[in-house]
Amino acid sequence: MELRYFSAGKSLALDTGSCIGCGRCVEVCPHAVFSINDRLAAIEVRDRCMECGACGRNCPTGAITVKSGVGCAFAIINGMVSGKEPSCDCDGPESPRKNRKACC
Amino acid sequence: MEKSRKSFGSGLTTKFTPVLSIGDKHIPKTSSTLTVRDILGRWKVRWGIGRRGFRVAPGLYAVGEPDRKSPVLVTANYKMTFDLVRQALAGIDAFILVLDTKGINVWCAAGKGTFGTAELEARITSTGLRDVVGHRELILPQLGAVGVAAHEIYAKTGFAVHYGPVRIDDIKAYIAAGMEKTPAMARVQFKLRDRLAIIPVEITQALPIVIAIAAACSLLSLPFDPAFGVRFFSRVATMLGAVAVGIVLFPPLLPYLPFRAFAAKGAILGLIWSLAAASLFRMSVPISISLALAAIPLTAFLAMQYTGASTYTNINGARIEVTRGIPIILISELLGLMGLIAERILSVRTA
Repeated sequence: MELRYFSAGKSLALDTGSCIGCGRCVEVCPHAVFSINDRLAAIEVRDRCMECGACGRNCPTGAITVKSGVGCAFAIINGMVSGKEPSCDCDGPESPRKNRKACC
Repeated sequence: MEKSRKSFGSGLTTKFTPVLSIGDKHIPKTSSTLTVRDILGRWKVRWGIGRRGFRVAPGLYAVGEPDRKSPVLVTANYKMTFDLVRQALAGIDAFILVLDTKGINVWCAAGKGTFGTAELEARITSTGLRDVVGHRELILPQLGAVGVAAHEIYAKTGFAVHYGPVRIDDIKAYIAAGMEKTPAMARVQFKLRDRLAIIPVEITQALPIVIAIAAACSLLSLPFDPAFGVRFFSRVATMLGAVAVGIVLFPPLLPYLPFRAFAAKGAILGLIWSLAAASLFRMSVPISISLALAAIPLTAFLAMQYTGASTYTNINGARIEVTRGIPIILISELLGLMGLIAERILSVRTA
């Protein structure tokens, strides 16, 4: 059974004009969002995208942009309480709940 | 700096006395079989004991009898990760390049940037990797791609990055196929065993919640009369049951629960449990409703927290869960507590 979340892949954008068809996005995407059609990348299933950011970071021409972030409710609550960006630094020395979360 | 830390020494349970010498480089050799101590250490961190100190020293290691043509695999310095990598390499001669990820696993460290381009570049230089191997290729875990830009590593170091399989269990097949992965090897899973692996550490972390609930339930069962025990048992069993359902039953049932939002999935489970508890403990309708209003949000909240342990949630969705879910959770909890307090006051007055 394939697990899907909601509000998926909202910030993922692909500019086919600057795509060179290297296939790096297909190689790094953990949810098979991309495919290569006619030697160019295409967003095959946006609904599977978790915005991890691997494709954007590894796109050599900057054709892919994505605003990455952690899909972790605790990180978001953490960010709201501390007034900073959501961070999954639950193991960090500055975290109020250090070493307390299972995520990372 | 890291080496001087006491916790570091205790976490570094693997001894690297044998050394492989290539040119003027002396590379510690590590085994592909784990010792009893390694396995005990893994079991401990699964329960959340000593996770922060469970690290290996960053640097280059040898598995088997690698030479200048052997593959180089890059990984994190969380000891559980390092141990899984060397275990998976049984029968293969290879180098392991361990990055300093502050004891965090590959995917999370890549998200934080510690498993990143700068650290990889610095570690290639500090280990003298160019003088150890003749080739210029690196195998990185696919999930490390979140933090590493392959084209920048190539431009800066001359090493070509190959993103290997998501799971280290596929590494032998990947290497045997000439560093080609099947589509399945590139997909991150969230199988039953993955979902269950997180339960022990969640149980450990829930201990303060358990104590708080027990304390609250004893207050909500006052006064101390012959029926105190019965009242306390039904309340504490319902509330702790809701916690147990959220921690132990939610992970395995995740794919089969309706709705995509974790909090909504959790609320369904919490509702089912509350109905079951009401009939099990034969409580009156007002008490059952109050307890359900207090218990369901506990399960929903624990389920929402599980987004951080999952492999497919995104930040926008999680933010919607938090901004819409937390107010509902708090209001429900408050109404439930008020109901339980009111019931006690009314029954004492009429008595």
